[in-house]
Amino acid sequence: MIKRMKKRWLNLFWGLITFAVLIGLWQLACEVFDVPMYLVPPPVKIWEALLKYWSVTVRANLLYTLSSIGIGYALTIVISIPLAILFATSQWLEKTVYPILVAIQLVPKVALAPLFIVWFGFGLTSKVILVFLLSFFALLVDATTGFKSLNPRLVFVAKTMTNSPWEFFWKIRFPAALPHIFTGFKISISSATTGAIIAEFVGSNQGLGYLMLRANGELNTPYLFAALLVLSVVGIALYKLVEYAEALVIPWHSSVRTRLQ
Amino acid sequence: MLILNNVGMTYHSGSGPVEALRDVNLEINDGEFVSLLGPSGCGKSTLLFIVTGLTVPTAGYVTIDDKKITEPFHEAGFVFQDHLLLEWRNVLQNVSIQGELRGMDKQVAHERSMELLHMVGLEDFKDKYPHELSGGMQQRISICRALHHDPKLLLMDEPFGALDAFTRDQMRVDLERLWAKRNSTVLFVTHDISEAILLSDRVVVISRRPGTVLEQIKIDLPRPRNFSVSESAEFLSYKHRLTKTFMEMGVLYE
Ligand SMILES: Nc1ncnc2c1ncn2[C@@H]1O[C@H](COP(=O)(O)OP(=O)(O)O)[C@@H](O)[C@H]1O
Ligand SMILES: [Mg+2]
Repeated sequence: MIKRMKKRWLNLFWGLITFAVLIGLWQLACEVFDVPMYLVPPPVKIWEALLKYWSVTVRANLLYTLSSIGIGYALTIVISIPLAILFATSQWLEKTVYPILVAIQLVPKVALAPLFIVWFGFGLTSKVILVFLLSFFALLVDATTGFKSLNPRLVFVAKTMTNSPWEFFWKIRFPAALPHIFTGFKISISSATTGAIIAEFVGSNQGLGYLMLRANGELNTPYLFAALLVLSVVGIALYKLVEYAEALVIPWHSSVRTRLQ
Repeated sequence: MLILNNVGMTYHSGSGPVEALRDVNLEINDGEFVSLLGPSGCGKSTLLFIVTGLTVPTAGYVTIDDKKITEPFHEAGFVFQDHLLLEWRNVLQNVSIQGELRGMDKQVAHERSMELLHMVGLEDFKDKYPHELSGGMQQRISICRALHHDPKLLLMDEPFGALDAFTRDQMRVDLERLWAKRNSTVLFVTHDISEAILLSDRVVVISRRPGTVLEQIKIDLPRPRNFSVSESAEFLSYKHRLTKTFMEMGVLYE
């Protein structure tokens, strides 16, 4: 146990060292080759830009992007999971509605983004809808698989124990589906971030995507990189958050157990 | 008393109908330990599902104490080859789920579980999770879960099939001890001749598909049957007789 923790810290340590070396090389290359600032700024300049703009613009726009991701992703959860339960329980629904959803999924929704701006305006609604549309399918598919993946013999065993579909669902089918649901969560969260940024690129006057476009227009590349840095941190942090929740909720599952070793 | 009346089962799958069982007639007394012995694919598992009302037969019917089985029979406990424990519950919770789903008070369910765990020597493992246990332990827990509500009928479908030879022998002795303490009727599916003889009051031989009752042999060996029974002359003669049946069936050949 102690040995395992030691190893984790050691891994983290070496990861940080590698990261620092790479940043150092970047800085060095910029200075040695005299790379123009508007092409690739050195890390120090990016950091300076971040500090300079953080409270002026970055923080508020970060919150905007986070709220479109948050609301869109919440929508994904409250729609995909119940839908997955319906699909898993009704073959008829799965045969009729599922193909329609697959068809929707196959439409390149990113290409529809301009249309959403026309329909739902410049504000948060269009962003939320794109976030939702890009993230709901992965969760729906994985959750449906999860709710259907119960061993049929276990279903038999449970049927001798209870007549209550409710008890059966909460005590057996739902927990058994959780590993698949978390796989869906992890895939969906990355798509959600992508969705928010695309929607902001297409038409917005707020958000990190908008900020990047504006910095780009001003040829203020350090500013652009600063926004990009924040965006990357958001992407990684959200994913890690889901992973952390997974370890908390299903510590018994093999995927989590092997990860913690 | 459990009675199977001309039970037949034909599955309709994509590749055409499969007749799994035909004209199965069987009477099983309360408290009797009966093995269903037959080659794989002859419909033994199907028979267990039909007996408990989980599968509806396409012919004939089953009665338990003169009541026709038309829905899942709740006074039953199942043990399969795979332990089917819930990986998110610890050992104690896994056994107790039987009581919980039946609306038993949680505390009472836990006490009952501890009693059973004690009987199989696993009370110290109550807080462990299924993945932390050996195959033999997992299967013991599975048996405890099946016995938790003192079922009228205990159904075991090749429960020791995945265990190594030593663990199997031990499990067999343990099972006999557990069974002796209560009055469940046991239907034990196996394709292991020795196991069937050593455990049962009666061995029912099922033919190849479509499965039907080919032969029934009453086993008159004294209980409890310890490890040395398998060297006794009586045991060997039972084994000889059953082996012959299987050779005639074409399942075993030299
Ligand atoms: N749900 C099912 N659908 C179609 N065929 C089935 C189904 N269950 C079992 N069978 C077929 O019925 C036969 C008997 O199966 P089973 O009862 O599992 O036999 P056993 O337990 O003796 O090995 C097999 O040929 C099997 O393929
Ligand atoms: Mg079988």
